[in-house]
Amino acid sequence: MTLLLQILLAFGTLSLLAIGGANAVLPEMHRLVVEVHGWMDDATFSQLFALAQAAPGPNILAASVMGWHIAGGAGMAMATIGMLLPAAILAYGMQGLTHRLRGNTWLKPAQFGLVPLAVGLIAGSGVIMAQAAGTNLLSFVIIAVSTIFVWRTKYSPLWVLAGGGALGLLLL
Amino acid sequence: MSGEPRAHPSNRALFLTYLQIGLTSFGGVNAWARHVLVEQRGWLTEQEYAETLGLGQVLPGPNALNTAIGVGTRFGGALGALACALGLFAGPMALLAGIAALYDAYGQWPLVRATLTGIAAAAAGMVLGTAIKMAVKLKPSLPLLLVGLTALSLALLRAPLPYVVLGLAPFGLAAAWWALRQDGGRK
Repeated sequence: MTLLLQILLAFGTLSLLAIGGANAVLPEMHRLVVEVHGWMDDATFSQLFALAQAAPGPNILAASVMGWHIAGGAGMAMATIGMLLPAAILAYGMQGLTHRLRGNTWLKPAQFGLVPLAVGLIAGSGVIMAQAAGTNLLSFVIIAVSTIFVWRTKYSPLWVLAGGGALGLLLL
Repeated sequence: MSGEPRAHPSNRALFLTYLQIGLTSFGGVNAWARHVLVEQRGWLTEQEYAETLGLGQVLPGPNALNTAIGVGTRFGGALGALACALGLFAGPMALLAGIAALYDAYGQWPLVRATLTGIAAAAAGMVLGTAIKMAVKLKPSLPLLLVGLTALSLALLRAPLPYVVLGLAPFGLAAAWWALRQDGGRK
């Protein structure tokens, strides 16, 4: 199987599993990209993810950046198409439902029941990211401060990313 | 109230609007999309946006994409959906291609590497903080909490995600159904 096809399939399997956005599929992305295929190491994975977070646009674009790193522009295209196309087709097919299910007795439990699952997966992502990024004392301090900042304040998380970058530049 | 749209944006307007949303939405699309679609353009009411977003969140797949497709389909059918999805991703992707190329060229320079290590650590904390914030806000019932903790443990054990989602979703739905019934009974 060629590399590009492998990329398409790897991210294609993630597409329909992304309940709750990119953060929830991060553990699976890590498993496939680092552990199963060995396309990059831990540090590269967490840095590419961080770059995608710092840039504007949907966070799911982390997949595109990783595709680029694995195989350049074609890899980026494959990762993005794999990640978006299955979900896009399904979403288009389901749009009729919004009108028919206006009373939506099932919509609420469906939203409500999948959220804890997504939150659990996001927490898992955080731990996996922290394991990858926590290479020395300073990085653990940055992780802890940024966790508390994002949890307890309403400021944009971009401030922590900028602060983390500045601290890294000055002290690491 | 029917679902008939009051506004009639062209596909070109849909594309340009989502291009704007994509390029300005730092740290999450949904809040920006709401601001632009409801407040700036007035294409959707608060309620209509909430319904479109709600369906986008229930459907599998990235919910910013699902919501864009919902908005596009509403105003312009399949072509409208395509216009919104392309608009949302075109700008950030071009930007990220540039960033990724710079990373490949300069990512190993010591100063760049140190900065990126700091950003990656901050991003890890950001994801952790988000999870804690969401969990606290949710105030889950015990069964829902167990579903979340099981998902967390399985993610850490590196269990393949398809099995995790397919295995836990029925429990999540059942727990939610039960919690909502309890709530309804109390009122």
